[in-house]
Amino acid sequence: MRLRAFLLTGLVVALLVAGVGSYYASSHPDGLEHVAEQTGFLDSADEHAAADGPLADYQTRGVDDERLSGGLAGVLGALAVAAIGGGLFWLIRRRDGDEADDAAPRQHADSR
Amino acid sequence: MHVPDGFLDAPTSVATGVVAAAGVAVALRGAHRELDDKTAPMAGLVATFVFAGQMMNFPVGAGTSGHLLGGALAAVLVGPFTAVLCISVVLLVQALLMADGGITALGTNITLMALVGVVVGWGVFALLRAVLPKRAALVAPAAAVAALLSVPAAAAVFTALFAIGGTVPVDTGAVLAAMVGWHVVIGTGEAVITCLVVGSVVAVRPDLVYGARPVLAARRLEIRRPGVTA
Repeated sequence: MRLRAFLLTGLVVALLVAGVGSYYASSHPDGLEHVAEQTGFLDSADEHAAADGPLADYQTRGVDDERLSGGLAGVLGALAVAAIGGGLFWLIRRRDGDEADDAAPRQHADSR
Repeated sequence: MHVPDGFLDAPTSVATGVVAAAGVAVALRGAHRELDDKTAPMAGLVATFVFAGQMMNFPVGAGTSGHLLGGALAAVLVGPFTAVLCISVVLLVQALLMADGGITALGTNITLMALVGVVVGWGVFALLRAVLPKRAALVAPAAAVAALLSVPAAAAVFTALFAIGGTVPVDTGAVLAAMVGWHVVIGTGEAVITCLVVGSVVAVRPDLVYGARPVLAARRLEIRRPGVTA
């Protein structure tokens, strides 16, 4: 599989999970929240400082339909991670001319 | 396992913030060596995938759920230094945009999920890779074991932080038992997801799996051997 096709497939899968699959995720408290409640320190949690943000709690403010609101928030959050992460990694990557210690086997002619 | 604001007192939050900043600084230096034109976009994809995966809470019984942490997964796919940055970017976006994980607790969450998750995940994986036969089919199972252990490890470190800087006096033993117990179960889900994802990438593009490189190098030698001996 060509690198471009692999990356695109991966991105589509990630956006589908964030945008569609997440609607079917369990809404029960997670392990830490459950333990906090069980052992009695859940109430020490403060209100989140960004609780009024447009994507707070994985819901898009102003979108009433729950499925659409959650899906849109998931997709926007995932794209934010892709932009910040992708940009950062591209910026700090090793360029040609840097110390070339790339020992990875080049078995695919189309690897770039 | 996203720690909200208020669970830990200010000195502990500042201390974990310093640890997190130091860890990210080290990771930035190390990631420069791991990333090139091919693996940089792969790392961006891994971060995006971990964000999506963390939204998929799966039930673990008794009205409780768990989700992927992704430290071991990212470390095996793109290398440990880059993995720390992947998880840190995910946690940053979650804290600032999704109101998931406190803002003053960001250092704590990076320490637990990015640093402990990756260090334990990568450590276990590297150990297994050293003792197991060099076969591509063993990369995903080794990653799964690493993933399984990384989750209760992060839970145990949270408990230690809570014992030091918890804002409510709760018996540490009770918190430890509950945290580790639940997170062994959640770690099983982490192991399944990690095994499936790493296995899929190894099947399609093994050259993109950082943790599989020594295995691939060994395989390349095996193929050449008949030509040499013949």
